[in-house]
Amino acid sequence: MSDFVHPIERRITITLADEERLRRQLAETWYVPRGILGWFSVTDHKTIGKRYITTAFGFFIFAGILAALMRIQLAVPNNHFVGPDLYNQIFTVHGTMMMFLFAVPVMEALGVYLVPLMIGTRSIAFPRLNAFSYYVYLFGGVMLVVTMLLNTAPDVGWFSYVPLAGPDYAPGKRADFWAQLITFTEVAALAVSVELVATIFKARAPGMSLNRMPLFVWSMLVTAFMVIFAMPSIVTSSSFLLLDRLVGTHFYNPAEGGDALLWQHLFWFFGHPEVYIIFVPALGIVSSIISAFTWRPIFGYPAMVMSLVATGFIGFGLWVHHMFATGLPALGLEYFTAASIVIAIPTGVQIFCWIASLWRGRPRFHTPMLFVAGFFGIFVLGGLSGVTLASVPFDLQVHDSYYVVAHFHYVLLGGAVFPLIGGIYFWFPKMTGRMMDDSLGKINFWLLFIGFNVTFFPMHILGFEGMPRRVYTYPDNMGWATLNLISSLGALLLVLGGALFVYNVVRSYVWGLAAGDNPWGAETLEWSTSSPPPVYNFLHQPVVEGRCALWDRSADAPVVTGIRSDIREVLITDVMDAEPVTVAEYPEPSIWPFLCAVVTSGFFIGSIFTPWAVPVFVAPISITLIGWFWPKQRDRERAMEEQAEEGQTPPARPLKEMREVRA
Amino acid sequence: MNAQPQDTRRVLDVAALPRHAFGHQGLIWWGTTGFMVIEGSMFVIVLIVYFYLRLQVRDWPPSLPDPGLFYGTANLVTVLVSVLPAYIAKQKAEAFDLAGVRLWLGVLVLFGLVAVGLRFFEYFTLNCRWDDNAYGSIVWTLLSLHTLHVATDVGDSIVLLTLAFVGPNSKKRFVDYSENSLYWYFIVAWWIPIYLTIYFMPRWL
Repeated sequence: MSDFVHPIERRITITLADEERLRRQLAETWYVPRGILGWFSVTDHKTIGKRYITTAFGFFIFAGILAALMRIQLAVPNNHFVGPDLYNQIFTVHGTMMMFLFAVPVMEALGVYLVPLMIGTRSIAFPRLNAFSYYVYLFGGVMLVVTMLLNTAPDVGWFSYVPLAGPDYAPGKRADFWAQLITFTEVAALAVSVELVATIFKARAPGMSLNRMPLFVWSMLVTAFMVIFAMPSIVTSSSFLLLDRLVGTHFYNPAEGGDALLWQHLFWFFGHPEVYIIFVPALGIVSSIISAFTWRPIFGYPAMVMSLVATGFIGFGLWVHHMFATGLPALGLEYFTAASIVIAIPTGVQIFCWIASLWRGRPRFHTPMLFVAGFFGIFVLGGLSGVTLASVPFDLQVHDSYYVVAHFHYVLLGGAVFPLIGGIYFWFPKMTGRMMDDSLGKINFWLLFIGFNVTFFPMHILGFEGMPRRVYTYPDNMGWATLNLISSLGALLLVLGGALFVYNVVRSYVWGLAAGDNPWGAETLEWSTSSPPPVYNFLHQPVVEGRCALWDRSADAPVVTGIRSDIREVLITDVMDAEPVTVAEYPEPSIWPFLCAVVTSGFFIGSIFTPWAVPVFVAPISITLIGWFWPKQRDRERAMEEQAEEGQTPPARPLKEMREVRA
Repeated sequence: MNAQPQDTRRVLDVAALPRHAFGHQGLIWWGTTGFMVIEGSMFVIVLIVYFYLRLQVRDWPPSLPDPGLFYGTANLVTVLVSVLPAYIAKQKAEAFDLAGVRLWLGVLVLFGLVAVGLRFFEYFTLNCRWDDNAYGSIVWTLLSLHTLHVATDVGDSIVLLTLAFVGPNSKKRFVDYSENSLYWYFIVAWWIPIYLTIYFMPRWL
């Protein structure tokens, strides 16, 4: 570190004219390209983030419609609204889409949009990879929608157990579409996670040491790490499934030394952390909203951070509790029972910290805060039914029944969707510059809250009464009719609530009140820039002076200068203390990530039909990757600038090592 | 503080900071490391599956001959020796020595091509097919997963070598040359446990 250069702190005069010039130049440098070609070349994290969020909600609506179809089918006994085959496709696509195309991507998308703003930087690290990730995700999702519309969608459940999903029992291509969809979404999610880790660790505003990082950013960091360690498992297992189905390997074939339970281990080693991958960002949303609507920092910041990290670790030790009914050795099961109960501790710690924050905070109950209150009610109930499921004898009784369906909808909708919708109400003003209508928001909340409970609470009882999940209909004499009808009526309320939400978004986008920079008086950096933020995020990169970046900011807070505004320069800081260490240059917009995503998608889909897709697509993928990395005009300029610079200043390195550098 | 005149502003001037960074101070290192962790997790999981499948049957390999040792071992020797050019190329990159990078990256590419060539023959000495049984499936998968990494990085190195000759070679590019070696180390390091598993577990277990 001998050549370590420290930034210089000083006072300068910045006139309004200087600022205006800077504003114009930054807008030019960080331009978002226009036109059709430009649309596909965008790498701005806010544009990609908004597309990601919108697309995810598009899939949410599609999967929600499928759910409504299921509730229509189940409203009365012996119904023939949809047949068993279509019903199988519907519940499989509903679950798959909600988990892989809505819940995980929408949380990561929020991170893509918000993290760079919250940590005070100009963009996300590896912006082109970010664009690539979005298109791969989009194409994968479109593939699943198309299979559903063509009546050839996966029909083996969202966890696609073998042997049912194996070559013997699932002929045709349906299960292959499922397995390949996983590949699409995993590639996208892993890419975003690497970007988020790099951005959070290396691009925080000076002064934002780890112990001053907003809790939302902590939650995205933990999530990104969980994705990085969990998703390789599902990549492996779904690839094995494809290989078994397409080229005759025997991973899951007990007759040839394979094992069907191997699938469940690999799937749930990913699948359980997946629940926390969805839930942990929601915790960050809740913390952001509570602190903004109580105007107080969250109580017990260190405990909150430790709980998030602990959740990230313990989340990996629970997977076998999805397999209690598979006849594994009892001693092993006891460990997983214990671990399943232990994970309630960090969650409990957080809930108590939030209660402490609310206690004296005089919360203002605007719509986002209402959704947080709804989260408390629903999630605690879902958490409690989760603790009951951790008990093996109980689990065996209700396994694969509607009790489980009730439990995970309480956890996922309560734990993730309610905070998420609250988060949309909360950040919509930042993203669009307009407020969402609060009165409609409150109606929206009550419709969803009541609708949710009416839909899903009866399912607990249906489970006790023995109704198995995934049946397309049931006979009259089972005594399940009334509760199912109530549940379906609740679903109607949910549909109304969802429609009202969409209406409110559209209406507010066009006619909403102007939001201003910080309509809620919140603490984090995204609220210090305009709404919507300029393409370059901040005119001057900020310097952070305390844990609540805006509330702790002194009147004379410094800003960063010395970053070039004629090229896409971004300050890079060190991991722990966010001391400035170097300046990176982010790439220009490019069409190549899109092209690469197109051929990669072609490869993924092609390989469902023939192994020859592998050799056929090697060349196009390589070409697009090389195009992506091939030097552009700016690279030549940089080399020339460096040469010119070196002509004037002595080289930083000893001369003997310089002998061959440049003619 | 408050006594400062209104028209001046406190700033943190970072103009003097370097515009490129080797190692963990730079973003490229974090990107590379992120993907190494992901792919490393994948290797770990596939290795675990190998041993899990071992537990499902009595004999290992189940009614098949052991894999032949020659090509796998030759490959091990090749990639272990290739660490040397990779190391020198990294040193040269960090000294901005373009001629050195061209030379040693070129040598590394040669080693990589030899490794890919040997890998081709390795498949014939596995003495099983992927569709014989689960053993064959996992052995082919392990080898292919590693081959994919070797081939990708050789391709990557060839592109970088081309860039080293056609330029432009800004300092940022030297960071790429340097991190390329880091990724190669990763691939070589993983060959050791994978080699031991593929070739010796059938003999030892």
